Amino acid sequence: MRKTIALLLTLVMAFALVGGSVAHADDLIKVGIINLDPSESGYRQANVKNLTDTFTKENGYDATFVTAPTADKQLEAAKGFITAGVEYILVSAAETTGWDDVLEEAQEAGIKVFLFDRMIDCDPSLYTAAVVSDMRSEGETAVAWLESLKLDEYKILHIQGQLGSAAQIGRSDPLTEKCEAEANWTIVREGTGGDSWDPNEARKIAEAAIDAGEEFNIVYAENDGMADGVVAALDAKGITHGTKGDVIVMGFDCNKWALEKLLAGEWNYDGQCSPFQAGVIDEMIKTLEAGGEIEGLNELNQIISVEKGFDATTITQEDIDTYGL
Amino acid sequence: MLKKKKIADFGQLLIPLVALAILIIFNLFRDLSFFSIGMKVNNSGNIVLTGNLISIIDSASELAIIAMGMTLVTAACGGQDISVGAVGAISGAVFVKVLQGMGNITVGTVILAFLLCCLATICFKLFNGTLVAVFKIQPMIATLILYSCGRSIAYWINGDATPQLNSPVISSLGMTIPGIPVPTPIFAVLFVGLLLFLAFKFTSLSLYTQSVGINKGAARLNGINPTLIQLLSFVLLGVCVAVAGVIGVCRLGQLNHKTLLVDIEMDAILAVAIGGNNLGGGKFKLSGSILGAYIIQMLTTTLYAMKVAPVNIKAYKAIVIIIIVVAGSPVVKSKVTALVNKIRTERRASTIQKGVS
Repeated sequence: MRKTIALLLTLVMAFALVGGSVAHADDLIKVGIINLDPSESGYRQANVKNLTDTFTKENGYDATFVTAPTADKQLEAAKGFITAGVEYILVSAAETTGWDDVLEEAQEAGIKVFLFDRMIDCDPSLYTAAVVSDMRSEGETAVAWLESLKLDEYKILHIQGQLGSAAQIGRSDPLTEKCEAEANWTIVREGTGGDSWDPNEARKIAEAAIDAGEEFNIVYAENDGMADGVVAALDAKGITHGTKGDVIVMGFDCNKWALEKLLAGEWNYDGQCSPFQAGVIDEMIKTLEAGGEIEGLNELNQIISVEKGFDATTITQEDIDTYGL
Repeated sequence: MLKKKKIADFGQLLIPLVALAILIIFNLFRDLSFFSIGMKVNNSGNIVLTGNLISIIDSASELAIIAMGMTLVTAACGGQDISVGAVGAISGAVFVKVLQGMGNITVGTVILAFLLCCLATICFKLFNGTLVAVFKIQPMIATLILYSCGRSIAYWINGDATPQLNSPVISSLGMTIPGIPVPTPIFAVLFVGLLLFLAFKFTSLSLYTQSVGINKGAARLNGINPTLIQLLSFVLLGVCVAVAGVIGVCRLGQLNHKTLLVDIEMDAILAVAIGGNNLGGGKFKLSGSILGAYIIQMLTTTLYAMKVAPVNIKAYKAIVIIIIVVAGSPVVKSKVTALVNKIRTERRASTIQKGVS
């Protein structure tokens, strides 16, 4: 009996070895992809799905996916990929800083790094290319839209995203700079939904501001979920919002449901943030593998996705179908 | 003898009542308008009550409901279930999944979804309960399993990051029913509270739970089945968690697996402790835990009203809660009683002396 088991085990191991070597002999490109947690938001979910749909075996990739919400876990994953000897690492960083050492290590190991969705604060030579949204331009577009309303007074409830993330900094800075520059622009209350861009936290901040008697006529929430949280607080406290209401509601990401609220006139503005970078990176990797050069990068090695902002008064069902996530 | 017992009963609620009174007095002096209540019309044309007091009672609803269930588990098992937040997320996920599966959201489908929710959470809580009651694993360790994987299960059930539920029925449940300005979650607390009150009134559940918590062996010798009672406490907690999860989803009309009822287990255990209940099991008072829940929320709302940044609130909360819990601790209690007795005897002695001279 014992002998049979031993024999079986040996056979299994032998097959495993053969199987392993067969997979190794395949001509798949080894890629390590580091992303944030898909349950964070509709944006992230669309982003993760886009990547998993693109970097498949059929498409010639042996891809390993890691989704981690914090910087330390992401760095750990990157180090793991370097040890495992992948050919390409794709990163959407939880925080913009702290990546230099790991990226240098990757460069020494001959691994090419692509950044997607979020920028990293480091020397552009440390990565091959960055396919990103210009978060700052998203913020600037939103602020310019606000300015075009020509209100007498801008009293803003500002709900920030994960502090320190490129999305938060890019969307916050144009607003805070504008508020410092103009006398009639004030931030009544500033709060953050935290690392998970928590809509419920946003609701609590808004309720607190309303209960404290603070008056605001604009809600500037840095993603759709948090804008929705604030709207729940407005509804609970009997404050009208949207195109016919007292408070202007602004969100980011362009989830389908959010754009529908725009169409219904419950919200006023939604800024687009494209989560579809996988196709562009796929193309660039294929170019490199064929011995070609990547073209069309700017001085920061970036390729910028083109993005829009939608206004409740002009949005159409067609926009929702095309741009909704 | 009867009178003495009443004073002892009141003693458990003394600390939370004093804490609540101090909070109220503090706010009276700080800003009278804290207590003002107004009426406004919101976007959907419903009249709603507004003001800090409404906020407190409304926002504490989930916590109060879970604290009730937690009290029962604490009393029967001598430990706490730390997976209530994660299982609450599962409850929300089941609720959304069922409603999405049925396609349309009506009162009927919502009730059906809620019942399925209850079934799901009861199953998960029975899993915890079996580990605790049958396999005699420490409650905190047994519930640690679902604490760490519950949210992943919730995500797996739904497979969608932030699914939306847009319907007047949902907003009626999470906010206000058209025509009734009082937030609906408050009625949910009353409903669950009444249910448990009636259960205690017409059965011996309360007594059985206490006796199992105090001494399992003695309870068994008296014909009570401790395993059954402990499992029952988990079933009731399951129902509480289902209600809280559904309220959480309905409030925003969307589900976020990661943040639905996040960290509520800690607040619920605190509410039980502030209510003067022994975390080691045995005697308990539901009213104490409910009071505890509202104290925690009142503290939070007060800090918000004082414009403390949300990031710093936890630190301030911790300070106040440490004071309340230490004030209610056995050591402080016995010291205070000793001091009171000493003063009394001294006074008596001095009056006797005066009488003599």
